[in-house]
Order: sequence, then C-alpha cells, then structure tokens
Amino acid sequence: MQASLKSKHVQHDATRKLRLQEWWFRNRALIGFAFIFPWFAGFIIFDALPFIYNLYLSFTDYQIGTRGIPPWIGFENYIDIFTDDKLFGKSMYNTVYYLGFSVPLRLVFAFLIALILNLRVRGMELYRTLFYVPSVVPLVAATVIFAGFLNTRYGFLNQFLVLIGATPVRWLSSPDAIKPSLILLSLWGFGGQMIIFLAGLQSIPEDLYEAAAIDGGTGWHRLVYITVPLMTPTIFFNLLLGLIGGFQIFEQVFILIGTNGGPLQAGLVYMLHVYNKAFRDFEFGYSAALSVILFLIIFVLTIMLVYTSNRWVFYGDAQDDET
Amino acid sequence: MVRYIMIYTILSLGAIVMMVPLLWTVSTSLKTRDKITIRRLELIPDPVAFENYPYLFEARPILQYTRNTMVIVVASLFGAWVPCTLAGYAFARIPFPGRNIFFGILLATMMLPYVVRLIPLFLFFDEIGWTRTFGPLILPRVLGHNAFYIFLYRQFFRGIPEDIYDSARIDGCSEFGVWWRIFMPMSRPVLAAVSIFAFSFAWNDFLNPLIYLGSNKELWTLALGLNALQGFEGEDNSLNLIMVFSMLMIIPMLIVFYFGQKHLITGVTASGSLKG
Repeated sequence: MQASLKSKHVQHDATRKLRLQEWWFRNRALIGFAFIFPWFAGFIIFDALPFIYNLYLSFTDYQIGTRGIPPWIGFENYIDIFTDDKLFGKSMYNTVYYLGFSVPLRLVFAFLIALILNLRVRGMELYRTLFYVPSVVPLVAATVIFAGFLNTRYGFLNQFLVLIGATPVRWLSSPDAIKPSLILLSLWGFGGQMIIFLAGLQSIPEDLYEAAAIDGGTGWHRLVYITVPLMTPTIFFNLLLGLIGGFQIFEQVFILIGTNGGPLQAGLVYMLHVYNKAFRDFEFGYSAALSVILFLIIFVLTIMLVYTSNRWVFYGDAQDDET
Repeated sequence: MVRYIMIYTILSLGAIVMMVPLLWTVSTSLKTRDKITIRRLELIPDPVAFENYPYLFEARPILQYTRNTMVIVVASLFGAWVPCTLAGYAFARIPFPGRNIFFGILLATMMLPYVVRLIPLFLFFDEIGWTRTFGPLILPRVLGHNAFYIFLYRQFFRGIPEDIYDSARIDGCSEFGVWWRIFMPMSRPVLAAVSIFAFSFAWNDFLNPLIYLGSNKELWTLALGLNALQGFEGEDNSLNLIMVFSMLMIIPMLIVFYFGQKHLITGVTASGSLKG
C-alpha cells in the first residue's frame, strides 16, 4: 500500500516536471525574445533609427530654425566638404598625424613592457600596477593634469627641462608642439593595452618554449618564432581598437586646447570639426555628412584590416582542438 | 646578473616616468596658492596645504556633482546587471528562432562609431524636450544598451558546462530560475569585470553630459565640473585646486580597480573575447 502511494507520488511529480518542460519548450522562443527585448528596443531607438536618420540628414540642409522636414539638397553637403571646406582637410591631416604616431608607439611600448614584465621578475606585480595606474585615471582628469603638467611656466615638464639646462617648450600654445603633446598624453595611457598583451603572453603554452630550448633556440628565436606569431591576434585586436578609437579622439583636445583647435588650428581634430559644425554653428545636415565620411573611413579601414589579417595574423591549429 | 640589472633599470625608469605626472598632481594639490606660481621645480610642498581639500568642497558644489554622477553610475550598473545579463543568457543558452541573426546585429553594433548617431539622437531628445535632463544619459543605460557587455556575458555563459544547465532544467527550474540561481552566482568574474567597465565608463563620460547637461549647471557631473574649473578660472592661479579636483576623480577609480583587478583579467579572458 505504502509502496504504491510512493510510486504514485513519484509519477505525479514526474508528470508535473514533464508538463513544465513542455511548457518551457513551447514557449522558449517567447522567453528568448523577452530576454533580449530591452537590448533590441535600445538597438532600434539608439542605433538603427539614428543611423538611418543621420544618413538622411547628411543629404539635407538642416540649420538652426529648420522646422519640420529639412529640405533635401542631394550631395551638396558632400561636395562642399570636398571642394570648399579647408578645415576638412586640415582636421583630417591632424587626426591622421596624431594616429600615425600614437597608435604604433602605444603598441610598441605596451608590447615591450609586457614582454619584460612577463619574464617573471620579482616585484612584477608592483611594476605592473605602476605602469597600469595612469590608464585608470579618468580621461578628463588625465587631460586636466596634462594641461597643468605641460603649462609653459608652472608645469613640471618645463621646470624640469630648465633644471637640466634644456630649453622649455610652449607645449600647448605653439602650433608645432600641440600634436606631440596630444601624442604624449595618449602614450601615458598605454597600460590598458599592456594588460591585454600580458594576458595574451601568459596564455602561450610553456611547452613550446621548452621545445625550442631543446632544439637550441636562443631568446631571440623564441621571440621571433614563437611569441610574436602567437601574439598576432592580440596585436591585431589592439591595433584595430587603437585605430577606431584614435579617429574619434575628442575630449582630450576639447579640454586641452578648446574648440578652436589652438593656434593655426594645429590641434583641430576631425571630431572637433564635427562637434563645431553641429553644436556651435548648428549646421546639423553638414555635420551629419562629416560624420558619415568618418564612418566610411573607419568602416573601410576595418574591412581592409580584417581582410589582410589572414596574411599576418596567426590563428593556429590549436584553436581547432579547443572547440 | 647583467641581464637582471638591465631589466630592473628599464622597469624602474619607465615606472618613474609613468608615475611622475601623478606624483606632481598629488604634490601640487597640497601646495599653497603662492607656491604654485613659483617658476622653479619644487616637488615637496612646503608648507603642506591639506586645507585645499576641504576648501574645494566650499568653493565648488562637489557633493552635488558627485550625486549627479552617481545617478548615471547607478543607471549604468542596473543596465549591466539585469537587462544585459538576461540578453547574454538568451544568446548563450536559449535556442530561439533567429538567434544568430540577432547576434550578428549585436556584433555589428559594436563596430558602429558613436559619431554617426550623435546628431540624430540629440535632435530626437531635443524634440521630446529631454535636453537639460538626465533622460538621454539614463534611458540607454537602463535598457542595457551596450553590445560589449552582452557579448562578454554571452561568451562567459557559453563556457558554463551544459550539464549543469540541463540538470537544473530537468528539475523543473524555469529559464528565469536558471539565470538567477545558477548563472548569476557562477558568473562572479565576468560580473565584476563588466561592473568595473560600467562604473568607469559612467564616471568618465564627458561628451554626453557636455551635450545634454552643459547648459544646466544644476545637473553637472564631476567631469563637467572639473573641466569648468580648469577652463574658466585660468589655469595658473588655481592649479592646486584643479589638482585637488583631479584627485577626487581619481581616488574612487583606484579603489574600484584595486578591488576588481583580479576579476578584471579572469573575467575578460575567460570570456575568450580576445581570441575572437
């Protein structure tokens, strides 16, 4: 009697579970959609619609006081940008100049320091922290600190230069020094990339190095034939993110030099031009066209990098084993 | 031996160069007003002006700035903890129709630079009367509008063994139950990593507060307040206060990273985001 009761109970329990599972199976599409709904709503409101509307705006003459639907003017904004806008070329030159130095220098510093830190020297944690801390400093604070640090009369750098008998530099007020100052500021934050490199280096299997040592490989061989090839995915990742971020440099310049871009507009970067056109001159259509051009440049560059990466980025056979 | 001397020399020199701007910041923040305009290098402040710190709280509405910044931080953390984890979970474990397409869209938005959405979003928020309010800064964050966080969660959740998931399901646990009872507790590293990102991005945000709150001083964040202090007061005779303000922005970040650094690396690497 007792036994049959128990089995009944178990049976009941099992059918309940079965029903629950069925319910779940029938509704899991619904549940899945419900879980991604907030993100998807955000995607429509904050990504898709603005992106499309921005494209549309770039073909219109949207100025301050424009009411209702802005008038369509075709490619006029784009034609103006390429034929009439001196600041377009200037700001693009400044941005590429900045990128051309800051991105490779940051990669090289971050990689070299990560290599040294990976030698498992004593006190490595302390050094890692010291190199990384500047990257934790909020960008606004870092920029404001550099504004003081590079101050012509009262800043540390010039006072130090005087102390060792060098000539002080007008870092932020001479056209020649503005871009180097920005590059200096960007180098100060190489710690983020360094940490990513360090994590990559530590995931290289030890036995590869041991095998190389048995075959009589020197330190240089290990670096060139093992470390660098295995690190190419990480290098690629940092390079891509560095370029995408670098093209959009804004805050540092806005705070250090102001919206005009400093003397001779030597610090006028592309995003500053976009910002000025929209929020100073209220030429939203024109500014939208500028932003579309920047988007296309970043897009094409990303595609090109990803495409050529097949030739130099080593994705290895190890990955196939893992999955 | 020579090798070790070389290594330590390079590391020490590099570390000093990296730390000098911060040491100079601390030192300047403790100098009196007449000491900051001396044109000679003086690293140790004499006298030490600790009173600069309380003075800044009198001179500037620091507490108000902090409260405003925290509004954005809290919205950001909520979005990172609830909607983002749910979405990450759905992408990792619930096989709903069209999942791969939605995931493709998610990845594509990670590549979409903010600049192509900046102007329409501003015009939109202006149209509905939300400029000069927290609305434009809060709404996207509360909805968990961050593809990067969702991606990190998804990668991490996929690494949790399927068996655990199946056994919970067989025991009649609902999707919500699995997410809450199993995935959340097992996901501490990735939760910590994303929380650090969410905190620091909200704490550091400058462009958005500038555009939406720039003309409403009541709602200024710390970043806007710091920028104004350095922009309007003339950088020469209030350098010490500027550095006090900078320190106030740096210290909370240092604390967050100090407690989270361990998780940051494991969380991100376990998500496998670096290997693609």
